[in-house]
Amino acid sequence: MSLLRVENMTHFFGGLRAVHNYDLEIGPGQVRGLIGPNGAGKTTIFNLITGIYNPTEGRVFLGDNQLNGRSPHEIAALGIGRTFQNMLLWRHMTVLEHVKMARYSKIGYGLIGAFFGTPRRNREEAESEEKAHSLLKMFGVDQFADQWVPNLPYGAQRRVEMARALAMEPKVLFLDEPTAGMNPEELVQMLAIIRRIQEKFELAIFLIEHRMKVVMELCERIQTLVFGEVIAEGTPEEIQNNPKVIDAYLGKEIVE
Amino acid sequence: MEGTSEKLSLTSMLSKINIRAWVSRVPLLGWLIGALVAVGLEMAIGTPLARGLGLPKAPVLFGFVIMLKKPLLIPSAALYLALIYVLPIGLITRFGSAALNKLAAKLADFSTVFSILLHLALLYLALHLWSGMSDYRVLVVKLTLIAVMVTLSLNVINGYMGEFSCSHPGFMALGAYAASAFTVSLFVNDKLFGVALLPAAIGPFFFPIALFLGGVTASIGAMIVAIPSFRTRGDYLAIISLAFMFIVKSLIENLEVVGGPRGLGSQPDWANLPTVFLTTVICIWIINNFVRSTLGKALNAVRDNEMAADAMTVNTRRTKFLAFLFAAFWAGVAGGLFAHVLRYVNPSTFGIQKLAEVLAMVYFGGLNSVYGAIVGATSISLLGEALRPLEIFKWIIIPLLLILVMIFRPTGLIAFKEFDARQLIQPKI
Repeated sequence: MSLLRVENMTHFFGGLRAVHNYDLEIGPGQVRGLIGPNGAGKTTIFNLITGIYNPTEGRVFLGDNQLNGRSPHEIAALGIGRTFQNMLLWRHMTVLEHVKMARYSKIGYGLIGAFFGTPRRNREEAESEEKAHSLLKMFGVDQFADQWVPNLPYGAQRRVEMARALAMEPKVLFLDEPTAGMNPEELVQMLAIIRRIQEKFELAIFLIEHRMKVVMELCERIQTLVFGEVIAEGTPEEIQNNPKVIDAYLGKEIVE
Repeated sequence: MEGTSEKLSLTSMLSKINIRAWVSRVPLLGWLIGALVAVGLEMAIGTPLARGLGLPKAPVLFGFVIMLKKPLLIPSAALYLALIYVLPIGLITRFGSAALNKLAAKLADFSTVFSILLHLALLYLALHLWSGMSDYRVLVVKLTLIAVMVTLSLNVINGYMGEFSCSHPGFMALGAYAASAFTVSLFVNDKLFGVALLPAAIGPFFFPIALFLGGVTASIGAMIVAIPSFRTRGDYLAIISLAFMFIVKSLIENLEVVGGPRGLGSQPDWANLPTVFLTTVICIWIINNFVRSTLGKALNAVRDNEMAADAMTVNTRRTKFLAFLFAAFWAGVAGGLFAHVLRYVNPSTFGIQKLAEVLAMVYFGGLNSVYGAIVGATSISLLGEALRPLEIFKWIIIPLLLILVMIFRPTGLIAFKEFDARQLIQPKI
């Protein structure tokens, strides 16, 4: 029944063990959280699953497809979308171009269409543009469609990045600290957006976050990662009261 | 005192003519028709007018050469330019813009494709008639068109993909030699390849094949640079591409079968103006189609952030490979044309000097832009020809210009501007 499955993943960077015996199971439509102190290896786990690194040991499955060992763009095309902690945007491209680019794997017109402007290419590009616009409208950034992304305010950039990840029609969406740098108002808006897209697109979501409010409200199950190992896994209530988690990460004030 | 008041009234008159507003109201059709009238005028009265003004003959390249060689003739040359070029174009665009816009609108409504083809035909006619007055002009136009192809293809790698590639002279050399070896061995009796194998009469139909072969040869060579580009970026790739250029040059110098350092000559005279013009137009059309597609924009994504491109399903390896081979193809075609325009080619042409020229054209004109490539190629080519009398200063002035552009407009004159033929032919209300 699981959509994304990670079995016993361990990864070494040279002599340094970054991740140890990591397991994960996410079913369709479920929301999982990953918390832990900085340097614990959360983003590394994202990078291992999405193919930026090839895990030293272990296997990753999306449905029936084995992911580990494939290149990142193959894994993305199979259905894993993601956003980045540092918001990796393309400086010289417009908002519309960002969202259209994520549809690269859906293109069928090939080189002939690209060189000669065939009717098929025109049709596919028009469809892609229409879908991109509707996504942008959903995120409330369609008015910026022809602007270069660096010119947008920070909150709008974050939403463009999310729209871009959704344009590839993923089955699972990896969000790496989606509320970083946001004020309380923007945070509430972002929470609403994430809930809305999860419902509308029936997405499974895997979330890295430092803001407990976000994690507790969105996630059904949470893993706590410390030094590359999961020290606790459970529902938000269980995690909140877990002494190991409080010790390693949350701190005693939260419990009060 | 009188001189000052004369100057004052001239400037006040000029300020009444708002040049920016004037230019923004003229459709492309207007400029082309204006150019045609100017060219026609020159054909009709050019030579007598020049003699009447004290010039030895009609200035071949807008008077630059005359102005540099004989400074005393500058007023005459300037007057000639004003009467033959500025006046007809100025009058037609100033007073005919309403009618011209109506005509442009009618054409665009009728059929955009027809309108675009008509504009191209007018452009070709203007170039044909203008260059008809002098063999030197024909050469300049052909070489400028070839420069546009080279600059645009280099822009694909250096602008759209954001690499710093020094391999373009190598691609041109491969194309030049492959195309020449094909045409000379098959259609010409010469020392290197012996007797012609096919009758010369059917030759011109094989010219496209020769050019295509040149392009493909360059593409195959491009794999040597493309494959390292999977793992290396920036400076390291620049060095690999530079090495490639030297390898190609030395390889040709050591290949006696194609003439070695003495070069390869007697290419058949098939690179006439219509052929060069048509090839350039096709090149611009195909490259523009490519860079506007999602497949082409993937080059930008790889340039601006490769990791994000990977995560967004873009096959970055295939994109880099394609960019290099595609760009090299057109550089090879340009090289093939170049060899047949000059009807002689030797390896020393494709060294550091050529690299400096093509890099200047790309970075001066503008990165990531078809307009930029056209502007850069045309201006540096014409400037190069205009400064020919100054020999050594040519390569002081052009680099100085490049430095100025890098300081004030680092990405070039016209960068990142999308070329849309449909929009170009629209009336400017």
